[in-house]
Amino acid sequence: MEELSLHILDLAQNSIAAGADQVKLTVEEQPSNDTLTITVLDNGCGMSAAQAEQAADPFFTTRHTRSIGLGLPLFKMAAELTGGSFSLHSAKGKGTQIRGVFRLSSIDRMPLGDLNGTLLLLIQCNPSTDFIYTRICGNRNFELDTRRIRRILGEVPINRPEITVFLRKYLKEGDLELKGGVYLDESGRACSNQRQGEK
Amino acid sequence: MSLEELAQIRDKVRSKMNIREADPNNIRVLVGMATCGIAAGARPVLNTLVEEIQKRSLQNITVTQTGCIGICQYEPIVEVLEPGKEKVTYVNMTPEKAVRVVSDHLVNGNVVDAFTIGAAE
Ligand SMILES: Nc1ncnc2c1ncn2[C@@H]1O[C@H](COP(=O)(O)OP(=O)(O)O)[C@@H](O)[C@H]1O
Ligand SMILES: [Mg+2]
Repeated sequence: MEELSLHILDLAQNSIAAGADQVKLTVEEQPSNDTLTITVLDNGCGMSAAQAEQAADPFFTTRHTRSIGLGLPLFKMAAELTGGSFSLHSAKGKGTQIRGVFRLSSIDRMPLGDLNGTLLLLIQCNPSTDFIYTRICGNRNFELDTRRIRRILGEVPINRPEITVFLRKYLKEGDLELKGGVYLDESGRACSNQRQGEK
Repeated sequence: MSLEELAQIRDKVRSKMNIREADPNNIRVLVGMATCGIAAGARPVLNTLVEEIQKRSLQNITVTQTGCIGICQYEPIVEVLEPGKEKVTYVNMTPEKAVRVVSDHLVNGNVVDAFTIGAAE
């Protein structure tokens, strides 16, 4: 995988496979600390202490279609390669939190890539799961909470194409606000301290 | 784009919805989305399908994901399920191919044979 947003997609898929109906995704860039922190927190089935111990080992998986799981080991490796860290906290029956801290300036850090595409896909494909997405850059933040969207929509399904198109624009405008009027570059790498357009 | 605009969109969708729910010809489009599929580029394929379907205002089609279909070497995979017809499996999909599948297959009912698993084998 060549984009962090694909790792996020993969982690969220784990949460959904674990039966979570609520997944919190947080992506925080703090240039002053040189960190990019990705956190996925779910209320799925969780793991026992023994399972959690092994989860980042490539030869551990509870799936049956393939004998090895790669999602967690690859994410852990990607974080550690930048001089960052990985952590996993899980409680059986309660949920799981996965976190990767990346060194923002490391040449080994993959670009974030298409975060919005990841989020839209998750919402589109999992209409009964709630996603609480928080994007933080320095002292600015943006949130998309599907519980709020769903309250407005009532009986209209959140994965109707018209709604997806709305969410796409909404997210894009969120990016703009986050950057203080500066769009991200294609790779998603450009999270800067830019303060143009700030009042 | 504000959440007030969302309420307006909701009302528009609501007025169209009854027609759709009553339609017995609902087509389901499934995109394989396990780790292997994601790595092979399933995300842009799925997002392109949704966009094209919206652009053409196709009302009787739902797009969702499935897990690993077990033939990872052919990912990204798209399956089209139409009531009363045999399942069509498209393999090695790209956003460009997805546009073709929408315009030829979903709009006009012509399966794009060249992209199917039969052609790949
Ligand atoms: N969020 C989660 N909740 C519960 N179990 C999880 C979660 N994430 C991972 N796991 C467990 O860890 C295993 C390894 O995950 P992963 O490395 O992504 O491989 P895979 O998803 O292909 O099995 C999973 O099979 C599952 O048992
Ligand atoms: Mg996984």
